[in-house]
Amino acid sequence: MIKAILIFNNHGKPRLSKFYEHYTEDTEQQIIRETFHLVSKRDENICNFLEGGLLIGGSDNKLIYRHYATLYFVFCVDSSESELGILDLIQVLVETLDKCFENVCELDLIFHVDKVHNILAEMVMGGMVLETNMSEIITQVEAQGKMEKSELCAFLSLCRPLSFSVPDRTGRHRLGSQGLRRVLCRP
Amino acid sequence: MREIMVRAMYCEMLGYDASFTYIHAIKLAQQGGVLEKRVGYLAVSLFLNEGHELLLLLVNTVLKDLQSTNLIEACMALTVVAQVFPKDMIPAVLPLVEDKLSHPKEIIRRKAVLALYKFYLIAPNQVQHIHSKFRKALCDQDPGVMTSSLHIYLQLITESPDGYKDLTGSFVTILKQVLGGKLPVDFNYRNVPAPWLQLQLLRILSLLGREDQSTSELMYEVLDESLRRAEMNHNITYAILYECVKAVYTIHPKAELLEKATRCIGNFVLSPKINLKYLGLKALTYVVQHDAKLALQHQMTIIECLDHTDFTIKRETLELLFRITNAQNVTVIVEKMLDFLHVSCYVPMKTLTFAPDNSWFIQTMNDVFSTGGDLLQQDVPNNFLRLLAEGSESKEEDDQLRLYAVDSYLTVLKGDASHLPQRFLQLMSWVLGEYAHLQESVDQREVIRLLTQLLDQRSVSSETRVWILSALTKISEGQTDLILDLAEGLSSSQDTVLRQQAQELRQLSQDSQLYEWVLFHLVALVCVFSSQVDSSLSFLDGFVSEALAAGAAPYKPPHQRQQELCEDRALNLEPYSFSLPVSLSSCSITDRQSPTLLSISSGLSGNSTELSQKAGSSTLILEGVKRVWGKDGYLQQKETTAPPVDEPSAAVQPSGQQEAAERLEPQLEPSTQNQDKQQLASSLFVGLGAGSSITTDSFLYGSLLEEEPATSISAFGHTPKSSTANGPAQNKDTKEDRRANTSHILGGDMVIVRPNTIQDKHPPPGSSDLTALLPADLKDLPHSDVSSLTSDPSLSMSSCRLFRDEALLLVIFISNCTETVIKDVAVQLTCEELEVCYSFFSVTHRPLVVTTEEYGKLWLSLSHDVKQNLKLLTDARDPLRTTLNALKDALQLHVVDIIGSEGIVACRLLSGAPCLLHCRVNGAALAMWLRSPHPVLPYCILYHCQRALAQTPR
Repeated sequence: MIKAILIFNNHGKPRLSKFYEHYTEDTEQQIIRETFHLVSKRDENICNFLEGGLLIGGSDNKLIYRHYATLYFVFCVDSSESELGILDLIQVLVETLDKCFENVCELDLIFHVDKVHNILAEMVMGGMVLETNMSEIITQVEAQGKMEKSELCAFLSLCRPLSFSVPDRTGRHRLGSQGLRRVLCRP
Repeated sequence: MREIMVRAMYCEMLGYDASFTYIHAIKLAQQGGVLEKRVGYLAVSLFLNEGHELLLLLVNTVLKDLQSTNLIEACMALTVVAQVFPKDMIPAVLPLVEDKLSHPKEIIRRKAVLALYKFYLIAPNQVQHIHSKFRKALCDQDPGVMTSSLHIYLQLITESPDGYKDLTGSFVTILKQVLGGKLPVDFNYRNVPAPWLQLQLLRILSLLGREDQSTSELMYEVLDESLRRAEMNHNITYAILYECVKAVYTIHPKAELLEKATRCIGNFVLSPKINLKYLGLKALTYVVQHDAKLALQHQMTIIECLDHTDFTIKRETLELLFRITNAQNVTVIVEKMLDFLHVSCYVPMKTLTFAPDNSWFIQTMNDVFSTGGDLLQQDVPNNFLRLLAEGSESKEEDDQLRLYAVDSYLTVLKGDASHLPQRFLQLMSWVLGEYAHLQESVDQREVIRLLTQLLDQRSVSSETRVWILSALTKISEGQTDLILDLAEGLSSSQDTVLRQQAQELRQLSQDSQLYEWVLFHLVALVCVFSSQVDSSLSFLDGFVSEALAAGAAPYKPPHQRQQELCEDRALNLEPYSFSLPVSLSSCSITDRQSPTLLSISSGLSGNSTELSQKAGSSTLILEGVKRVWGKDGYLQQKETTAPPVDEPSAAVQPSGQQEAAERLEPQLEPSTQNQDKQQLASSLFVGLGAGSSITTDSFLYGSLLEEEPATSISAFGHTPKSSTANGPAQNKDTKEDRRANTSHILGGDMVIVRPNTIQDKHPPPGSSDLTALLPADLKDLPHSDVSSLTSDPSLSMSSCRLFRDEALLLVIFISNCTETVIKDVAVQLTCEELEVCYSFFSVTHRPLVVTTEEYGKLWLSLSHDVKQNLKLLTDARDPLRTTLNALKDALQLHVVDIIGSEGIVACRLLSGAPCLLHCRVNGAALAMWLRSPHPVLPYCILYHCQRALAQTPR
């Protein structure tokens, strides 16, 4: 079972955290800090698995992580999960994000927390892997997005007289997206 | 609002408190359109946990959305259900989630399956009736749904592999299909068909095949196939390979496969990719348990790995070494481990069981303690001390070990001890205190001096000081002068514990007689404690019975109390409705939580009625009598009818019985109170002595689990009198009437009654009316249908169950189908021939005939209740009546009354414990609410009801 999914950047700032077991606020923050501490120390060329920190269940749990450009993706799992399987699940997650956001970057995770969470919810549900099929995930997410859009359109058409406009963020600076690309393209 | 909620989520993630937005998240989920709802649900699943009180507000929304026709809404509701719903809310949504299993959309089915899996993890007994649906999900046409059902099966099979052996074939077939590329191309990942599905299946197979040759044989072929297929060069294929290797080594071994697996491991270990190396080591660790030689092939790699820069690899290697430790290599391995200890606090202590000699052992332990020190787990020093204290068989060896320990510790202490970890110091002082006298060459004064020196060091914590001081107490005999100084110094210490010990030490050292007496008794006490601890606390029996006689309530174990408290607080999750047709108007109720007096009249809405019923269970219907119980026991007493002895005694409860007094529940009418208390007392002690109440428990569980009943229905042979022919043209029947008279449920003796009458009649062809042949005294009893057991051309045999109040009669009809006269029929019956479970149930239950009023009263007095929705037989005009009748026929229940859409039903155990059922039609389901004084009985009956309804032809 997956206990937690954490995404943080090179400086340890959390960008997404999802816990499938209950911890208190403070513990969650400590777990993130501890995990960052454990993961950031590791070199590029050593293996992607390590024993979980003390807070998140000790030696029974494993941290499986991947480092993409500016972001660390860490899955904390118990002994019943296959390490390499999870490693590739991270890959699937990142590729899906990449497809959904068209060239994903750290800022996407910041500005679209809800969307990222929704994608994650399609993949992992209550700690169990629900779907690993990328196209299926994207279809689901898009179907939901479409529905939202239609509703938003209806809303906007009502509001048009008031000259309501949606904030536009397309011109933002893409941080580290190139690095991510590079990693993604590696076979 | 939506935008704000997203920001709140972000704040929460960064660690800022955003609890003020929780309620808005719930509101958003309740009121918004799809867009808002989604954000609301997302926020809820991030903010709230299973124990959060605001979750209650969400139940209604979730129920609504589960019924929604909008796919997305239903999806969201299912997600949130799987994420945050706690145990006590599951019954509210369970039927809806169950329905979703047959939803046309696969995404919904898939989520429903996972939600049910989550329910299973939280509350296994609530979903036990839908196991058949899990099977359906496994056979679902959509691979996604099938995949998610594998989660459930993995869990189930981990728990009990034996129950699912029959599914091996299906799993193998699925895996074959996956390997053969039968799945849609969508499921491929890097050209591997559905890799995660394969992983899951392989794991299930390895669980199924463990130590089971026949099952293993089924899977050899497919394992071979996946080993062969998984030879592409990608991570995920390695994951599959690893899982395969593990499976091959777990199941019943087959040489050919083992060889292939070994080659795979070799590839792993030798791989330059670090992740694969790690997996290889892990596989090796797993495999060497079966075949230690395998490690030899990879010796060099292992040694390389030991010096690897990667911590994880290093640790895995040590784990591997730990597995192959034996008497020869222990020294080297432990050395390596100690090196590792300098950087981490992990070392498997078990390795040391292979210690070559004492000196090495003690030295190693010293190293371990001084480097690992306070980071070690608590049990390491404890185990070490126990080893020293209890020793092995030979006393000499033990003494030698202890002696060596004392020596080495003295040496350590003579050096600089200030940097040593506290735990090590404590350990040393204990050993010196116990065993310093063994070492004759060292002066005791020297030991005392060393310990005192230690005591003075500033780095020593006060806990360690206490250890040292008690060690000093043990060896201080005859060294009064030294000790007095010490005690004097410490008696002004700020630490009260230290001060007290110093005081004791001084007293003891001044009075040598006292010292000896104390030491002697201490030893004796330890002996007594270690040899026999009276866990049943029987020496308190007298006290308890006194308290009981004085009016205290029997003790309830904490979990039961907890449960009752929970029940008191439990909320009614079902829509409000009129509850039982019970007159409550005259019943005055006290709420346990508040001392205020409530008075509730009948016709209230369901919620408050429930409350009143709960409270009623604790006070019960003393007409005109008011009692108030608060959290602190008696708050006020206005009882007029109760015997006077009750009042003072309950008020003056001894402190030990305080709790019991709080729980005091006068369940009985005043007139019979004393007598019943005696009974209670006796039942209480029976419980203490692990008596009959426990047997009843296990017995009920037994029936739940469909095990063979403890009742031994022994095979018996019987020779009936042969019948005499009345006329040549007539068929002759030999009718045997056997009474399986179980005098007591658990007794299980069968009394066989010889046929009392021999009647010759003309049975109608087909002989469906055999019951007409019953003897007169049995004719009026309710009976089941006559079922044919077996027949051959000459004889046919059928049986019928008669339900008597105190017993189940099994009547067996043996009829002669030929025209010849049969003499001497020998009948042998073994219990396999009985429908064990069914008859067992009938043995234990009887209809309980009560009136509606009595039912109402009884209902209030019962404490354990269970609610669940059952299937309703829908195709009849009056579904409730049909369902209840079906239940009545199947389970020997008594239908007390049916009013509108509600029905009340009662039954009881042979031993007397009643169980009341309240059924209400709730849409297409039957909302069943059971109550009984026995905690397990409702579950048992519920289970049988489910079975009965499932078996009833629609």
